[in-house]
Amino acid sequence: MTEPVLSLTQHIPALLVLVPLLASAIIPFSPARLRRAGGTVALLANAAALALASALAVETFRLGRVTYNFGGWAPPWGIEYAVDPLAAIMLLLVAFVSFAAAVYSRAAAGAEIAHEKLPYYHSAGLLLVSGLSGMIITGDVFNLYVFLEIASLAGYALIAAGRRRDALVASFNYLILGTIAATFILLGIGYLYMASGTLNIADLRERLPHIYHTKTVLTAFAFLMVGFSIKTALFPLHIWLPDAYTYAPSPASALLAAAGTKVGVYAMLRVTYTVFRPEFNASVVPMKTILLVLSSAAIIYGAVMAIAQKDIKRMLAWSSVSQIGYIVLGAAIASQYSLTGSLLHMINHALMKAALFMCAGLMLISTGAEKISDLRGAAARMPLTMAAFTAAAVSMTGIPPTLGFMSKWHIALGAVEAGLWAVVPVVLAGSLLTGIYFWKVIEPAYFAAPPEGHIPSGRGQAPDTPAPFWAAAPAAALAGLGVLLGLAAWTPAAGAARAAGELLLK
Amino acid sequence: MIEFIAGKYNYWIYIILMMIGFYAIIAKGNLIKKIVGINIFQTAVFLFYISISKVKGGTAPIHWDKAVIYDNPLPHVLILTAIVVSVSVTAVALALIIRIHKEYGSIEEDRILRSRREKL
Repeated sequence: MTEPVLSLTQHIPALLVLVPLLASAIIPFSPARLRRAGGTVALLANAAALALASALAVETFRLGRVTYNFGGWAPPWGIEYAVDPLAAIMLLLVAFVSFAAAVYSRAAAGAEIAHEKLPYYHSAGLLLVSGLSGMIITGDVFNLYVFLEIASLAGYALIAAGRRRDALVASFNYLILGTIAATFILLGIGYLYMASGTLNIADLRERLPHIYHTKTVLTAFAFLMVGFSIKTALFPLHIWLPDAYTYAPSPASALLAAAGTKVGVYAMLRVTYTVFRPEFNASVVPMKTILLVLSSAAIIYGAVMAIAQKDIKRMLAWSSVSQIGYIVLGAAIASQYSLTGSLLHMINHALMKAALFMCAGLMLISTGAEKISDLRGAAARMPLTMAAFTAAAVSMTGIPPTLGFMSKWHIALGAVEAGLWAVVPVVLAGSLLTGIYFWKVIEPAYFAAPPEGHIPSGRGQAPDTPAPFWAAAPAAALAGLGVLLGLAAWTPAAGAARAAGELLLK
Repeated sequence: MIEFIAGKYNYWIYIILMMIGFYAIIAKGNLIKKIVGINIFQTAVFLFYISISKVKGGTAPIHWDKAVIYDNPLPHVLILTAIVVSVSVTAVALALIIRIHKEYGSIEEDRILRSRREKL
């Protein structure tokens, strides 16, 4: 940053965070007439963020690494934004999913949120995107904490916007646990700073290996891992998740499930592989064993709980607990294949869970269905929604040729490669259980006759209304993308994930 | 032993405060008291940051002719940010409590739970 050029392309990393942040501030403070167009403003800001993230991804894959010094202060004194291939993929993923959620929200969020509150909902959504992008892009651990809290606060507001009063309690419980997690992370960062005297991630990576065995560094690592495990809802710290995702408005659930928890896992990966090196996990703490056990338990327990649910969204929420288990499992095995699988599964779960939650929202809008039992014969009444749901469910289960198959295949291969045979049955059993709980929804929707005089749980006897096209389109597009990415699998997506994983292991 | 306790008293203070806050979060049924607990919990961590910034014989990090050593100002700055975050969390939590009180007519956890169970 020697010459002060007013070139916008140079400032893409900063703009990627600032555009949604500014847009989220503009919406609630603009005059009433403009405020009603909050959905459009949010959509435009998300489209801009998506364009910026795409440009940044192209640039990153060309150069290998893009950095940006905030305010022109060189690291380690200033705050650095650092984008490597992994960060570029995650930024693109978050931008893409939030764009899809914005398309949905603009068309249909009004069905679940009171009209006068809509602008604030759109504003909170943008704030979440800004916080998540910031968490991914930042090269400074304290900055990471600040963005984490921005994203969390937006998340609490989004969950509280749900139409039932239970949403308030769900949001409050998440706030308590989320704040404990964030305070743990803050404490961990404090210990890291105390031991190393720096907050810059690249700098920490250089300085920490000399002091790996000190108690200060071990304490820092423990606090950071517990904090991020709460944020990602890794079993057994997942208790806030089912209520939060069930009672949040559907597009907010889609955004939180798809982007929110993924970024938590990303931050965990950054801490274990970039701030600390892979050797640290191998030689100093038995992190691998702990994570293997916890994530295997998460896969099975989440799936079993999902099978037991009667509510569509609660089932999807428990499914998230199980799928997060897969992502962490792949990361914990820490071989080339498994990390590729883990990253692919992040993409898969983000796209598919967003599509599934949008479908749940569409079901509520068009037939008032909230419980699985309301869906008997529903495929005839909402063919597009059910088709998107089925496609997403197939990819989530991991049936070839979808992306979900690719990701689970890579994780299983990685387990075999690492000689962890005990993990392979867990991967397969989890997949089977996933198939069972989705089949519980798909089977009655397609093969059962619609019951006479049945009143759906979501509302009274209001007649069926067709879902708005622009709400159904993003759900179908996301679900279709999962199948397409899997079909073209040895593809840019897999190649990019492999490259990102390789860099992480170095 | 005395050296161990007295020499590291700043850590003891922060640990004890943190546990008091943690206890309040878990054991208190009143939602406002839980938020008080959260605040104590966070403040303990702030004190930890501030205490590690102290340099023996250092003065406040403001330029002054007679000063030889300064305290480390960076943790102070970090904690200013963290205090802002903490205030925002408290604000959001209190707003939620007001809404919860409107909907459930109580801010006692057990009564809210009972009311939710009756509804089911």
